[in-house]
This record gives sequence, structure tokens and C-alpha cells, in this order.
Amino acid sequence: MASVELTDVRKVYGSSVEAVKGVNISINDGALCVLVGPSGCGKSTLLRMIAGLESITDGTVKIDSTVVNNLGPAERDIAMVFQNYALYPHMKVYDNMAYGLRNRGMPKDEIDKRVRDAAQILELTQLLERRPKELSGGQRQRVAMGRAIVRSPKVFLFDEPLSNLDAKLRGQMRVEIKNLQRQLGVTSVYVTHDQLEAMTLADILVVMNGGAVEQIGAPLDIYEKPASTFVASFIGAPPMNLVPVTADGSGLILKDGTRIGAQGLAVPISGAVIGFRPEDLEVSAGTNTHIGGLALDLKVLGVEPVGAESYVYGIIGGERVVVRVSGRSTSQTDDHLRVIIPKEKLHLFNEAGKRI
Amino acid sequence: MASSTRVTFPNKFLPYLLLAPQLAITAVFFYWPASQAIQQSVLREDPFGLSTQFVGLANFKRVLNDPNYLNSLQVTVIFSIATALIAMAFALLLAVMADKVIRGKGVYRTLLIWPYAVAPAIAGMLWLFLFNPSMGTLAYLLRSTGYNWDPLLNSDQAMVLVVAAASWKQISYNFLFFVAGLQSIPKSLIEAAAIDGAGETKRFWTIIFPLLAPTTFFLLVVNTVYAFFDTFGIIHAVTGGGPGKATETLVYKVYNDGFVNLILGDSAAQSVILMVIVIAMTAVQFRYVERKVHYG
Repeated sequence: MASVELTDVRKVYGSSVEAVKGVNISINDGALCVLVGPSGCGKSTLLRMIAGLESITDGTVKIDSTVVNNLGPAERDIAMVFQNYALYPHMKVYDNMAYGLRNRGMPKDEIDKRVRDAAQILELTQLLERRPKELSGGQRQRVAMGRAIVRSPKVFLFDEPLSNLDAKLRGQMRVEIKNLQRQLGVTSVYVTHDQLEAMTLADILVVMNGGAVEQIGAPLDIYEKPASTFVASFIGAPPMNLVPVTADGSGLILKDGTRIGAQGLAVPISGAVIGFRPEDLEVSAGTNTHIGGLALDLKVLGVEPVGAESYVYGIIGGERVVVRVSGRSTSQTDDHLRVIIPKEKLHLFNEAGKRI
Repeated sequence: MASSTRVTFPNKFLPYLLLAPQLAITAVFFYWPASQAIQQSVLREDPFGLSTQFVGLANFKRVLNDPNYLNSLQVTVIFSIATALIAMAFALLLAVMADKVIRGKGVYRTLLIWPYAVAPAIAGMLWLFLFNPSMGTLAYLLRSTGYNWDPLLNSDQAMVLVVAAASWKQISYNFLFFVAGLQSIPKSLIEAAAIDGAGETKRFWTIIFPLLAPTTFFLLVVNTVYAFFDTFGIIHAVTGGGPGKATETLVYKVYNDGFVNLILGDSAAQSVILMVIVIAMTAVQFRYVERKVHYG
């Protein structure tokens, strides 16, 4: 049990490539922190720096209020689950889990008890005598988890642990990991590029882009109040619609010249981006304007029914957008729909992409 | 997981045609001479080469009862074990060290691979020039420290010299395979072991070395065959089998009896025995040693 605290953590490769640019994150005891971002955003590097597999150029990493910058991976009392599981192929499942304990000189019966307990929790008891190559992907994944939990470390680190699994298994393991982490109450850092995984697992969500933190917060807070257009388009599927606008005294002007009422929005003259989630649009049959919302004309490009809901793809003011409607949509290609964005559901970003 | 897909050739003869060059080479350079050796091993030629006579297994009987032959067998066993072990141990050490080098990795590796490109006879001469008691540079240094270095008279020293020369030449080859083997071990395994609290030495013996087992096994087979057969050039150049018969290996004796002493029947019988030994040894290695090998 421990808190993890990163202060101004930087990583520079060679003399100029800055992979991580001054990151500050504080993770409370027992919380699950998810680092999410596109590939190359520095999230894995950051995790490896916490693990001690990568040196820290600048700043401090604290585990349980001890600065661990100069400690080796073994001395930090962490356990890591790797993307490719990194199971020792020449050892049986039992030995894979016992290896870390043996290296620390734990008595044999204590090792046996811990391995069997962990195997029990992860339903691996039947598989203890097998070698990794005789296991399925999901089973290997569980052995990797088992190897982490037998040690009862202060911190769990997960490096995209589910990305080698198929979609169904991924969903299942996601729930298992979440439950296990809750049950054991071990502070965890979890790296993923999958926003769904990030949203469902995180207590604290850290969205990273280009080596820097874009936003930190509870997943739903980030969903509801994205700090930038990057976060808005990264979190949520399908992503938030973003439509650039300019303003003059009387209203807003879309890219294709369409003029709409400003409805009291404080849009800077120089230009801005309005954003709205696909599910926040109301499709209105009539032509009446909604009080306290933006009424826009949407030209339908196509409809994708996915069962419980349908995605209507279209164009508003020259920008491609997507609308999520429940059930089936009767719209046809080239139809014109009147859509209304309630004012309270509208997100406004400045030219630099920051939330206003 | 082996896939069960099987390539089907549109033409029935194409696969045979594609195999033909390899088969032709094997036939000309292995089956033909091997069959000639077998034929010759049961014949006896008169001193003038005018007539040959079928003698059955008489040649084999004589060879196997010859104390010189048994001595040669003993020399070969000592020489082969020493050469294979030294060549592999040094190569592994160098490969592990080369794996840690970050700057100039390529240069380092290239330099270590060079000795492999040296022909056996040249390698032998090189060592001879270095260690010949009357003109060798290193021999001079050895003697100046007070060590009585004389491989021309001392049979143990002669053995040390040929083993050193033969393994030196083979280290490069082994090094290449060990480097490749080390590179094929996923880095995350080493990192996982580091997190699991294994120090560098422990990681090597519990993770890296077991995972190198397929490479080590392959090299064991190759090195044994090398020590048995391919070291003729080195021995010929360095000691010529001497002093006495201290470094006369089985292959060297085949050459000596057949081409120097012209006892063709004995020599052929020896090469047949040698062939049987190597076939048996390789079979044993695959049968028993490979069982302990875990392919990732």
C-alpha cells in the first residue's frame, strides 16, 4: 500500500528528444491511475520510469513518500504486467510465480502458500504444472497477473496488458483486473491507448499527448469537461464533433458561411471551435428553433445501424459530424435534418484548442 | 505451433529438380567417397599396387588392436572436449559482453567475427609463429618469465597449443550464434526478472542461459564435429601430430596412415570407424541432450 507521486518528471533521450515533458501526477493509496494517449505520447516511458527500467532525466518519483529515483527496479517494491506478458518460457506456471519470491529468499512453505492462494484467486490451480506455451492468451495474462500479486508489492504497473487479447476476452479481463485491484487495494498505474479501457478502469484518468499531460481527473469529469480539443476527440467513441466557427457582432459564422444565432455564447472574434458529443444532439422534425440551443442544418451522408442505436454521419457547416440516435434511424442519404444542440451540452474551445 | 499447410507444386518434377543441386553435391562429395572408403576398408593392396585382395574385417581387427590407434582415440577425446568447451565458453562470455556494449557495437562484433574468415592452415601457422619455441614472439615472452615452454618436446604443451589454436578459430563462429541467440531473448523477460529481484548473475543463470539452450545444443553438435574433422589443417600446421603421437587425432591418423604411410586398407577402415563414431555421437546428442532443451 502506498501513494505514488510524480513531480516535474522529465525524460530526454540523447540531448534533444524530449519524450516526457515535466509531468506531475499524484496517486492516492489504493487508487487506479490510467495513463491514456496515442502511441508515442510518452505514457509507456513514464510507466517504465516509475518501474525503474528507464532512468529519470529530471524531477522526482516518490513511492510511499520515498524518492525512488536512484533505486533499482527490484528495490522499488513494484510488480509489472507486460504487454507480451514476459512469462519465463522455460519455467512452469508455478515457478513463474515463485521466481520473484525465491529471489527474495522467502521460506519454501510461505512461497507455496502464496502461489497457491494467488492461483486460487486467478483460477490457475489446474494449470500450475504447465509451461507458458501450453496456455491460451487469457491464461498467460492471468499468470502474468499472478506473478504480480504473489509478491504483494506496493504498486502494480500495467503496460497495455490487454492489447494482445481478442475483443471479447479483453472485456472480460478488464472487469477481472478492476475487481482484483479493488479487492487487493493496491495502488496501480495502468497504461493503455484504448479510451474505453481507460474510462472503465480509472479512478484517476491522465490523458497524455506529445509527452505532456493534457488533463487529469475522474473519467466522467474528463468526459463532461474536456480541457482541450485533443482530449475531446480522444475520449469518447465516436469522438466529440468539433466545428470551427468565427463570430461577429450579430452571431456565429460556420466554415461554409452559414450564419447562426450566437445564443449568448461568448465566442472570441478571432475564431473558436464548438464541440458537441454525438449523443447530445436532438433531431427535431419541425423548423422551430430551440430556446437556449444552437439549431443547425445537417446534411446526411450515411447511416450506420449498430443495433441498439444508429450513427448518422453528416455535414454541418462544411464539417463532418456524427450523431448518435437510439433505435433505428429513418434518415436517408442526402436528407436534411434540423439538429439542436442544447446550450448546456455545448463545449467551446479557443483557437489554440483550449477550453473556454 | 506448426502450421499444417503444405505447399503443392503444380509440376510433379519441380520439387526434385529444386533438390537436385544439393543432392548432387551430397552424392559426389559424401556418398561416393564414403562408399569408396567402405569398399577399400575390406580390401588389401600389395606393396606395388598391382593387385588387391578381399580380406573381410581383417583391417578393422588390426586397427582396433593397434595401441597407436587407441592412443589416437584418447587424444581425440581430450582434444575434442577441450576444444568444444573452451570455444563455447569463451564465445558465450564474449557474446554476453558484446551484448552490453552500446557504442561501436558493430565494430566490436565485426572484429570478433574476423578469425572465422582465416583459413585453418593459416590460423595454424599464426599460432605456430607466435608460440614456436625458437622464433615465436609469445614463446619468447613465456620463456623470459622462466616458464619452460617447449611444445616441440613437451606433449602436454603441444596439446594446449593445438587446443588453443583450434578453439580460437571456432570462437568467432560460436560468438555469432550466441549473439543472435541473446538478441532473440525478449528484453521484457530480462526486465521482468530484474523486477523479480534477480541480480545480473542470477538473471544470466536462471533466465538467459536456459533460454540459450537451443543455441548451445546446436553449437555443441557443430563444435564436436568441428573438433573431430575440421581441425586437421590446424594440427598439421602447428604440431604435425607430434611430438611423438601426442596430438595425433583420429583424422590425422587416417591421413598419416593412408597418404604418408600408404597403408590404404587400414586408413579406410579407420575412416569408416570415424564415420560410425560421428553418426553415433550426433544421434546420442539429439536423443539425450536435446530432451533437456526448452525451445521457447
